Amino acid sequence: MKTELKTNLRAIWGRAYVRIVGAQREPSWILFEIMMPLLAVATYVFVYRALGAPKEFTGFVILGGIMTAYWLNVLWSMASQFYWEKETGNLELYLIAPISRMSILLGMALGGLFMSTTRAAVILVGGIYLFDVTMIPTSWPLLVLVFLLCMVALYGLGMLASSVFLMFGRDAWQISTLLQEPIYVFSGFYFPIKSFGFSLGMMASLIPLTLGIDAMRQLFFEAGRTHAFLPIGWEILILAVLSVLFLWLANKALLKMENLGKKEGRLTLRWQ
Amino acid sequence: MDLWRTIKTAGWLGWQIEANWAEPFTFIAYAITRPIFSTLILVLMYKVVAGGQTSTALFAYIYLGNAFFMYTANVLAGVGIVIHEDRERYEMLKYIYLAPIVTYFYMLGRCIPKLAITTLAVLVTVVMGVWIFDLKLAFGHWPLMILSFPLGIIATIALGIALASLTLLTARHGFFMTEGTAGVFYLVSGAVFPIEVLPNWLEPVSLAFPITYWLEGLRRGMMAEPVSKVFAGWSDEKLLLILTVTTVLSVVLSVLINRGIEYIARKQGKLDQVFNY
Repeated sequence: MKTELKTNLRAIWGRAYVRIVGAQREPSWILFEIMMPLLAVATYVFVYRALGAPKEFTGFVILGGIMTAYWLNVLWSMASQFYWEKETGNLELYLIAPISRMSILLGMALGGLFMSTTRAAVILVGGIYLFDVTMIPTSWPLLVLVFLLCMVALYGLGMLASSVFLMFGRDAWQISTLLQEPIYVFSGFYFPIKSFGFSLGMMASLIPLTLGIDAMRQLFFEAGRTHAFLPIGWEILILAVLSVLFLWLANKALLKMENLGKKEGRLTLRWQ
Repeated sequence: MDLWRTIKTAGWLGWQIEANWAEPFTFIAYAITRPIFSTLILVLMYKVVAGGQTSTALFAYIYLGNAFFMYTANVLAGVGIVIHEDRERYEMLKYIYLAPIVTYFYMLGRCIPKLAITTLAVLVTVVMGVWIFDLKLAFGHWPLMILSFPLGIIATIALGIALASLTLLTARHGFFMTEGTAGVFYLVSGAVFPIEVLPNWLEPVSLAFPITYWLEGLRRGMMAEPVSKVFAGWSDEKLLLILTVTTVLSVVLSVLINRGIEYIARKQGKLDQVFNY
């Protein structure tokens, strides 16, 4: 039991280590991963300026830009990761190793979280500096709690998606591309989701980023409170439930998909 | 004739790679979903600030600019990964260079499926705008629109091929490079806001690219009243002339970049280089 735990902890660290080191290994990737969200942030800031929106909306956009780093990481480096692993021949090595598959996913999530946080920090500083926005939360403990719950739920969703993507072939790339913009819309990356109305807003709240961004907006900006979708307390509670739910579902889905993949012979199928 | 055969065959290959992973209906749904949602982001941003009123000139300006910019974003993204896909994933690039073809036209052919798919997405987006969002169109300057359209497409393809050529010398940066460049154009070309909103130092940058004039020409051709103050005093002829000049320059630059990079790539043995990450 003790050896098993030790082996799994080493697997988590091993998988996370690649991403922690990889976060700074390729300078051009760092540049692009920071530049692309910053370009989107700048564009949307100028759209709001053209519309004559209040200055706090610039802050909304910067917050959305920061969260983009996490969403893109979950989509491309969590959800579709097993597809890449299959293509490069690593997946079978994970499957024959004496470790829990969840350790691999957890390692991926922790490493990805580190990688995205480095990008998000630069986007935050760059956004504040370039667009002269003040972002001081009304409560630091609440902000930390909301952020952590949002990340646990989001990466839990990423782990769940990763299990599902295990079955995909070349369409994994297309599906990831397809999911990018709809989530920007439904999670209200650049505008308050209150504009959706209650029913659609509640459905959109199944994506952890929706309530996470809304809660952080409330903590950072007066206008965020005016355009709030739900009170922060409710948003924290729902995020906590989603965190547990997605982690549990990820575990179940991973076992199911692995068995299905074995039966259908798709675990080592490449280039299809 | 041989050039046409190269373009046609590359186009067919590109279409198979783009589309054969799904049933036609699924593929069409995929092709139009992303553009629709990227448009919805702007529509919702507009509605949050301006309220429900979408029949304004500014809304049409943002909406149409975003719709037509899809050509630039998709063509750049499409052709930008051709070299890496052919060289490192399918390991076919060496055979393409062995064949008696002009590779510039091969890459041009690979742009065609993206253009076709994007045309469908643009049509759906504009129809959705008129139908659902009360987008007001007026075709008072339609000749400008008709003449501008192909020029902008040519400029976009030229820029795309220039970028794709650069990836001959890089590791797997094609995706980032093209997405990043499309992001720069999205910002500086005033696709979704009038360029006078940009900081003063960025305005000359904006005016250096054909995409800026192209989008302005298309919007002027389809809208009842102008929005951009920078172009307010410009005649249609002046706009078209500058678009033509910048497009020709883009093509010349693109061909020179392509030839120069290919020369270096051959010399450094990069045509069959595999990075494995």
